[in-house]
Amino acid sequence: MTLLAYDFLRNALIGALLIGLIAPAVGVYLVQRRMSLIGDGIGHIALTGVAIGFLTKTSPVLTAVIVAAVGAASIELLRGHGRLSGDIALALLFYGGIAGGVLLIGLAGDRSNANLLSYLFGSLLTTSDQDLIVIAVLSTVVLVVTVGARPWLFAVCQDEEYARVAGLPVRVLNLTLAVTAAVTVTVAMRAVGLLLVSALMVVPVATAQQVTRGFVSTMATGMALGVGYAGAGVYLSFTLDVAPGAAIVVLGLAAFVTVAVLAAVTGRWRRSRAGTVAEASDG
Amino acid sequence: MTTTNESARPGTRPALRVTDAVVSYGAGRPALRRAYLNVAAGETVAVLGANGSGKSTLIRTALGLVPLVSGSVTLFGTPLRQFRDWKKIGYVPQRIGASGGVPATVREVVAAGRLARRGLFRPASAVDRGAVDAAIAAVGLTRKAGVPVATLSGGQQQRTLIARALAGEPELLVLDEPTVGVDVASQQKFADALRRFRHDGGTVVVVTHELGLLEPLIDRAVVLHHGEVMHDGAVPVSSQIHRTPDQVHPHAPGDQAWLPPHGEVVRSRQP
Repeated sequence: MTLLAYDFLRNALIGALLIGLIAPAVGVYLVQRRMSLIGDGIGHIALTGVAIGFLTKTSPVLTAVIVAAVGAASIELLRGHGRLSGDIALALLFYGGIAGGVLLIGLAGDRSNANLLSYLFGSLLTTSDQDLIVIAVLSTVVLVVTVGARPWLFAVCQDEEYARVAGLPVRVLNLTLAVTAAVTVTVAMRAVGLLLVSALMVVPVATAQQVTRGFVSTMATGMALGVGYAGAGVYLSFTLDVAPGAAIVVLGLAAFVTVAVLAAVTGRWRRSRAGTVAEASDG
Repeated sequence: MTTTNESARPGTRPALRVTDAVVSYGAGRPALRRAYLNVAAGETVAVLGANGSGKSTLIRTALGLVPLVSGSVTLFGTPLRQFRDWKKIGYVPQRIGASGGVPATVREVVAAGRLARRGLFRPASAVDRGAVDAAIAAVGLTRKAGVPVATLSGGQQQRTLIARALAGEPELLVLDEPTVGVDVASQQKFADALRRFRHDGGTVVVVTHELGLLEPLIDRAVVLHHGEVMHDGAVPVSSQIHRTPDQVHPHAPGDQAWLPPHGEVVRSRQP
């Protein structure tokens, strides 16, 4: 393929496919818990982490992972103690993260300012071989947790009180999920940017659950859709010369709308057919 | 206050014991005022009371879901704080409250009940899968195993939660209002499942404001009113509580069946 002849495109594609795979694997738990927007909140915190990286002249990805994980874990602890409602937690994350990030980047100087955009909106095409290794390692960790601990994470997200009475380590599982979400957000910021990270976690799951009947099938379908959107998005961005992050998310949203319309139409058709059958048997 | 009935079946060990429980949700009248509950292994005890009487709070306290202001809880003779043997307990909450944004099948929800026995990060064995199948069969939902829980009727959802509790093969079942809004067919299946569990030596605590079809299964009833135990003994005869016995109907919505008239203490039929 001509597309893969370019190293940077090959890296971009592999990176995007990995991220497309892991983002819905974490997202399905967040949607399950009706905390779809928490990914956005973590993304905003990660921005502060990126700024700390610029300021200290270390790897922004590394500092972003650490800051996002600490932020996600402390929000989870506050939530677990009932000290904080879900939406207040989100508000604190959003504003604190953005303000902290912009403030610190201002201190770091001009060059970082331009660089900031690549973290906000993604910079898939600059994925180096070394970046790719980091993405692959972190993706593996996320997959092991989300797929390997699926029954336990499902139980906690589905009914936390029941999980507690069943003796499951509820707090450990919640913290694991929070840190995994933070890692995913930081990995995915390379592909779609911090402002669109949450979309890649939530949109494939939202699309999948319109046609699936169970949790495992939703998770698997969501991951397949995520990979599909990522691949198609990179191709689209190359051929149309648009930002890959935006292309991936717009594709995902288009698929969501298509499936939603189809599901509504076939549902109505099925219902009306069931209605006629019922009427016929009545007569 | 009647004396605590500690030995409905003498010689048996205690399964659940709540002593002098005081619970308060913020300011205002406490939800529990020195309430108690003693359940011996093998007993089937009903906790009765009107809405707001504290009966749900009492069992949620016993399970550690609501913190005590004062008093104590022991499970199978172990203080709640030190209790780790949660696989012995099967909890059936009022409804699938936390049903999330993602669909889940009956089997997936019931399988969560097996985790208490499965050990962390251990794959499901054939025994685990068999227990989940058996629990689904016990509540008569085998044909619905692959159906999303959210599309089931209220009664079928309730039976799913009971199957989830049974999947862990508990010794003590704690059920919170299991028959609210449940159709008669589901109530019957539910009573049958409970009868089998009881027959196999299980202990049951059921919180309800209407016993309905469960009444013949109950060994003893504890009646709560305004967070205090008003009665501990035989199941109160409905006419002692109600002036009109026909009010005790399995489907009367908002039935105040076990509210003693004007706070009057209901006397047990037992001496």
